[in-house]
Amino acid sequence: MLDKDKIAGFIGNKILRLLSLLIVVCFVSFMLIQYSPIDPVRAYIGEMPVSAEHKANLEEYWGVNTPPQEKFLNWAGDALKGNFGISLIYRMPVTDVIKERFTASLVLMAASWLFSGILGFILGIIAGMKKGTWIDKTIKIYCYVLAATPTFWLALILLMVFSVYLGWFPIGLSVPIGVTAENVTFLDWFLRLILPALTLSLLGVAQIALFTREKLIEVLSSDYVLFAKARGEKGLDLVLRHGIRNVALPAITLQFLGFSELFGGTVLVEQVFSYPGIGQAAVAAGLRSDVPLLLGIVIVSACFVFFGNAIADLIYQFVDPRIKQQEASI
Amino acid sequence: MGYMENMGNMGNMENMENMGNMENKTKTTAKEKKKTEALLKVENISLSFIQYASGLRQTELKVISNLSIEAHSGEILAVVGSSGSGKSLLAHAILGILPSNAKLDGKMEYNGQQLTPEKKEEIRGKEIALVPQSTNYLDPLMRISNQVIGCVEEKNEGLMKKVQRDIFQKYDLKPDVDRMFPHELSGGMTRRVLVSTAVMSSAKLIIADEPTPGLDEKTLNETLSYFKDMANRGCAVILITHDIEAALKISDKIAVFYAGTVLEVANVEDFKNNGENLRHPYTRALWNALPQNKFQAIKGHQPMQDEVIDGCIFYERCSKKNELCSKGIPQLKSVNGGVVRCNNVS
Repeated sequence: MLDKDKIAGFIGNKILRLLSLLIVVCFVSFMLIQYSPIDPVRAYIGEMPVSAEHKANLEEYWGVNTPPQEKFLNWAGDALKGNFGISLIYRMPVTDVIKERFTASLVLMAASWLFSGILGFILGIIAGMKKGTWIDKTIKIYCYVLAATPTFWLALILLMVFSVYLGWFPIGLSVPIGVTAENVTFLDWFLRLILPALTLSLLGVAQIALFTREKLIEVLSSDYVLFAKARGEKGLDLVLRHGIRNVALPAITLQFLGFSELFGGTVLVEQVFSYPGIGQAAVAAGLRSDVPLLLGIVIVSACFVFFGNAIADLIYQFVDPRIKQQEASI
Repeated sequence: MGYMENMGNMGNMENMENMGNMENKTKTTAKEKKKTEALLKVENISLSFIQYASGLRQTELKVISNLSIEAHSGEILAVVGSSGSGKSLLAHAILGILPSNAKLDGKMEYNGQQLTPEKKEEIRGKEIALVPQSTNYLDPLMRISNQVIGCVEEKNEGLMKKVQRDIFQKYDLKPDVDRMFPHELSGGMTRRVLVSTAVMSSAKLIIADEPTPGLDEKTLNETLSYFKDMANRGCAVILITHDIEAALKISDKIAVFYAGTVLEVANVEDFKNNGENLRHPYTRALWNALPQNKFQAIKGHQPMQDEVIDGCIFYERCSKKNELCSKGIPQLKSVNGGVVRCNNVS
């Protein structure tokens, strides 16, 4: 009963927070775009030559001279109804663009999130167990190098080595050029996913591995591990029984908190690999002044990061027995 | 449980004698065993830590020096000393769970066999059990019954679970405690759970490291009675504590720990009146510092661990010191049924 009430409270609280966050995010992004030197008419007509009269008509159509507050309210009103407008560069509803692009990105992000989480955790555990040995030092150096590596640079290196020199993987895009959608095989798509996912994973590994290592060393020097040793537990059994149990929860929480970095990394990686995901769309929308699409992406990405943080909170509050207990006693 | 009720009434030291009578039976059995070989013999051990001082210069910090004690089956040996004097490290040294930068010298024997690091690893948790001091020694994310059972093979799990339940039953720990996490336990429950871990192991040597900090009178006596029980069942118990009153209530012998060494091992009966029967000036000072005795503290403080002392470690504060005391560590002497490290005792 208590738990049910608590979960309802938690969800209610989160929804309220999300709503207030979205309102602020929308408002601020809208204002940023409003005061930036973006000309929607220019974005729409591109390089086409138009007459002054035609241009005035277009300005009238796009509402260039409407006051900003009215613009915002119009947009917000439509957005509430689920209509985010038409993307200027793709010439289709923003919701459709985001749906398509986000699905592609989600596969990429999920793959690298899982892979980096698992690999990072294992590396961290090994390094922590073997603290001070050459294995630990190797893993640490690897992590420091990766943590200092810019995403796009690593992406370029991988692309050069594996696609250009070795020719193991296709160079870019998510499907082969000149093949109709029905004829694209799973393998075609999968091969093009590997390098971007690998880039994102390799970078994600550093943070989680270093964190896991640090946490495991802390756990292994704790009183309860000392006592476990005194009771005859040792070696891998000891680490599995007490180490993993106490490190897993904070590590998983951290991995969920990393959604924002994951998203940021995706933008760059998709750009380098020309992977048609949400990140690439965001860059395109920004560069070519596609205001409706940009706002739509801002909202979706805010929700995405918020979702990650909410899950981290959820784990923290409902899975850890210590916190659970404290909350209940208040 | 009659024993415990009696313990509850014993607020002060004057009642110590009553207690002696009450425990007559155990005393005699303990005395018989004294003639037999000690279960654990610790001879002249020294423990130091290698540290990096300024720059890359290594220094050795000596925390235990020339320490000798013996633990006999059926007896409780209390190691009494002030907090922070390295008593816990003694326990860790016996169990072989010291940090990697520790250096241990000296001889240890268990049951007549040399206690090498390999031997320690083999028998800890089985023959020798530690009862730690607080809930910090329990895995915060593991349910109590799993912790108490410990690491066992799968096929034995059912059996061990039953044994654990029986022990908990005996210590009045209800079935719902099995599924609890350490933070949900009360102070008294924690104590009983920690004691259960030792009982579970069926060890012959129990080392209790400060098992009674911050306990109320009733819980304190209850906890002490558990150790008395263990001794009565034939275990050797080493009770490491800073609480001399608690130690006097149940122990057979008291080892007085001072600045990393044991100055005297006295029988519990020696602690009476003005401490005339006590051998070492420090022990006497300790006894007279108790509120119910003279309530007198002696001047000075224990030497720091990095101080190098040539003679008797108590020299600075001793009222009976002579020239001999400042040169060389006094030899361990057997006097009147106890042992002492002092030049002025014969």
